[in-house]
Amino acid sequence: MTARVGVVTFPGSLDDGDAARAVRLAGAEPVRLWHADPQLHGVDAVVLPGGFSHGDYLRCGAIARFAAVMETIVDAARAGLPVLGICNGFQILCEAHLLPGALTRNQHLHFRNRDQVLRIESAGTAWTNAFQPGQEVLIPVKNGEGCYVADDATLDQLEAEGRVVARYVGNPNGSQRDIAAITNSAGNVVGIMPHPEHAVEELTGPSLDGLGFFTSALKHLVETAA
Amino acid sequence: MPRVVVDVMLKPEILDPQGQAVANALPRLGVTDVASVRIGRRIEIEFAGEPDLNQTREIADKLLANPVIEDFTIRLAEDGETVDAQP
Repeated sequence: MTARVGVVTFPGSLDDGDAARAVRLAGAEPVRLWHADPQLHGVDAVVLPGGFSHGDYLRCGAIARFAAVMETIVDAARAGLPVLGICNGFQILCEAHLLPGALTRNQHLHFRNRDQVLRIESAGTAWTNAFQPGQEVLIPVKNGEGCYVADDATLDQLEAEGRVVARYVGNPNGSQRDIAAITNSAGNVVGIMPHPEHAVEELTGPSLDGLGFFTSALKHLVETAA
Repeated sequence: MPRVVVDVMLKPEILDPQGQAVANALPRLGVTDVASVRIGRRIEIEFAGEPDLNQTREIADKLLANPVIEDFTIRLAEDGETVDAQP
């Protein structure tokens, strides 16, 4: 049976269309979810896409965190539902306390928009099992508030538990310890600042490396169902 | 009705690039004796009834500030301190 992967649209989401397309290209059925609808409609995994939910008012992701759908997603994520937060989705996951730390204004204050090399540090998550540890991938980054910060104890814990999922090779925003992506302790929730959904087709992306994040989730679903 | 004022500031250990950018612009105004600038956010809350500081604390902790990176203080506005927005 084809896996069903939900893609949430918040007011101000931009990349929900691309995320749904990436899900389809990876071989799953994208299911569009709406922020004000608490139902997950039986999806097997969820993507929180990039964009500027609620205009980034107050703090990025601070208001989206209280969306009706997020209450359901937080509970489901704690029960093991694979959740990928991309860019604004990563910010929402931090605001919802599913992931530690916070994403702050880029240190140089400039919006950064470029193709970015990442090094996959952990292939043990639901969203990165298609990669090898140490593998370098090329994926677009585009953010103004992508600087990952956490206190030293949290950073040390993330490193010790292998929860740094990807690092920048050439830090675009000042993120502490070059962190581009992290995961929760169970490995089912991943937040990533760059945009794998923009690297799934030769016509529009710099590589096809982004597909691996989505095929990883499908592989994870098959393995956990078996 | 008096308002409650919430001030949200980045924690001291969190880098404030906005504040740094402002500090770096000051010499162009001829100001050279400023050691540092930090930028925060001030929120004024008007309750329908009596101001509720406990509820304000909850609002600030859950929504207005991100405790990972920010601290907040709350207080009642003093007489004449706040001005109603123009309709």
